[in-house]
Amino acid sequence: MALLEVKDLVVSYGAIRALHGISFYVDQGEIVTLIGANGAGKSTTLRTISALQRADSGQITYDGKDITRASASAIVHQGLIQVPEGRRIFAPLTVRENLEMGAYSRKDKEEVAASMEYVFQLFPRLKERLEQAGGTLSGGEQQMLAVARALMAKPRLLLMDEPSMGLAPILVEEIFDIIQEINAQGVTILLVEQNAHMALSIANRGYVLETGTIQLEGPAKELAANPQVQEAYLGGG
Amino acid sequence: MVATQTHKEQIREAPIQRRDGMILNQLSQGLFALFGLIVVYILGRALFENPGLFMQQVLNGLELGFIYALIALGYTMIYGIVKLINFAHGDVFMVGSFASFYAISILDLHRWPAWIWPGMSSTLVMIIGTITIILISMFVSGLLAVVMERFAYRPLRNKPRIAALITAIGVSFFLEYFGALPFVFTNNYITYDRPFDVTVYSAGEISPVVIGVMWGLLVISLVAYFMLRTQAKSGDMKAQAWLRHPLLQFGWLFGGFFAFVLTLAGIHLESGGKVWDLSVSNVTLVIMGASILLQVLLQFVVTQTQLGKAMRAAAYDKDAARLMGINVDLVIASTFALGGGLAGAAGVLYATAFKQVYYLMGIIPGLKAFVAAVIGGIGSIPGAFLGALIMGQTEVLSAGFISTPMRDAISFSLLIIVLLVWPQGIFGEPPGEKV
Ligand SMILES: Nc1ncnc2c1ncn2[C@@H]1O[C@H](COP(=O)(O)OP(=O)(O)OP(=O)(O)O)[C@@H](O)[C@H]1O
Ligand SMILES: [Mg+2]
Repeated sequence: MALLEVKDLVVSYGAIRALHGISFYVDQGEIVTLIGANGAGKSTTLRTISALQRADSGQITYDGKDITRASASAIVHQGLIQVPEGRRIFAPLTVRENLEMGAYSRKDKEEVAASMEYVFQLFPRLKERLEQAGGTLSGGEQQMLAVARALMAKPRLLLMDEPSMGLAPILVEEIFDIIQEINAQGVTILLVEQNAHMALSIANRGYVLETGTIQLEGPAKELAANPQVQEAYLGGG
Repeated sequence: MVATQTHKEQIREAPIQRRDGMILNQLSQGLFALFGLIVVYILGRALFENPGLFMQQVLNGLELGFIYALIALGYTMIYGIVKLINFAHGDVFMVGSFASFYAISILDLHRWPAWIWPGMSSTLVMIIGTITIILISMFVSGLLAVVMERFAYRPLRNKPRIAALITAIGVSFFLEYFGALPFVFTNNYITYDRPFDVTVYSAGEISPVVIGVMWGLLVISLVAYFMLRTQAKSGDMKAQAWLRHPLLQFGWLFGGFFAFVLTLAGIHLESGGKVWDLSVSNVTLVIMGASILLQVLLQFVVTQTQLGKAMRAAAYDKDAARLMGINVDLVIASTFALGGGLAGAAGVLYATAFKQVYYLMGIIPGLKAFVAAVIGGIGSIPGAFLGALIMGQTEVLSAGFISTPMRDAISFSLLIIVLLVWPQGIFGEPPGEKV
């Protein structure tokens, strides 16, 4: 059974329909990527899964439970965590406080401290900046902090919305390495990307979203070889 | 990329920057300087002619300022998290006063320790009783603020902001005129019995040991502050964390103000052939102590607890806070509870100072505290405190040395003058860095 299953999801903003009934699933342990152009509805999909946005119709099942009407905090408590688009660091809070907010849903102090150590291993630079305000970090460091903050929640399924956005190529490589490492630790990942090339290179499977409908789906290798995908998202054949 | 709600708001909120007009800028600074010179002249003359009276007024101004500070904190916290000027906040303060009035005059609750332990010393009964009364009012006002948020503001949270603002004015009128009903608070001025007896201390009546301890506290916390700062600058992260700890604030605020007031009260002045004995009553000391203590506690909650951090996180970005599993509705309700509680405490202190309660008593202090919060930079907690002290002094000194009927006009014009020079208020941060 899939860890996450989205069925016929329809979402609108007022009168504007953003998703026209999309269906997909993510199995335990996979990296699945959702690629598509600007305005395709990728962020809307993730926001709806995390209950920041209400679905008009359709069903979202996570770990066998229907979470379509669950509250955002209930979803976080079940280990379904999102790294939002644009990092969304709490700028006035220190790096430490940002990480503590990531662990907000967890009560066991010792385990949280262990997660903090784990996060420092992945991102040693954050440790040097612990007492600094989040807003004073560089763009790359903020992206690291955003991922680290999500890891503090001990995710089972991590939704990542364009983690490579605005990063220098070398940092993009670093972030993708870290995504693979997190996945190797047993965290399932749903990755939204515009950088289709990179995303398909690390994913097991992928979906192509176009103006609110899923156009193509399949194993990442097949998608990467598909001429349509190559033309639209991989900069030509 | 799609701009999210919060980001859009921040763009729309971008304030008019000072660099918009050089001439306007220079004009406003000139005006500020001129105003400053006139004030310095009038006050300087008053100080020179009659130092005793002047210092006594400064003490009275402090008392008022500390009360305004507690109200202003509520405005600033609530604005910080829901971007709403809660115009009914002054009435929450009024209800706090009435709650303590009933607790004292009808229920006699300020003497409860004496019912249980009849042998208890009267000073101890007074101390415990006063604390009880303050807690009761804080509870009532906090609860009122939560109910208000739940039923009046929450349904409008995603509507245009003007809707909640107008509702706030409506809630304010409702509380006032519901209070005016004969079976509620009535529309009369009611004499208020203080929860403790008044004692006045003047020169020679305050133990030099106490004064010394206060100076010691001030010096120790200042020394600690500067030591920590040098260490923090060299990259010591423990020092950086300690620098923000409310304990340090408590040291210099409590030590500083008590050292100042008690030293003044202990002064025996002779000038121009006249003798001036300054004095301070325990009412002033209680107000100052309670206000400082509550502010430091608030700082503790805001900077050291999960709830406080969640409040700051939600104030900055609600959706991101939801993604952390923070229950934003609960956090907003808690902010109203804290803000309302502080206003309730202010209500007890104000009634204790002026010995009167009245159903419209919240309007002027509410407005003054609002102005204080704006002057300090709305959304900033230290700003609210500083703004309130400035408002307290302005009111008392202009009543004393310029013109009594003009005092409110002068206090409110201060707002315009300060905003000309600091459009964001003194501690106001550029948008996007609120609270
Ligand atoms: N808050 C909103 N109000 C109205 N329309 C919105 C809102 N957010 C998104 N939309 C619309 O919904 C559609 C999908 O937006 P979405 O943010 O999901 O796209 P995306 O695939 O994430 O794009 P990008 O790659 O630019 O991030 C777009 O047409 C967008 O204009
Ligand atoms: Mg997007």
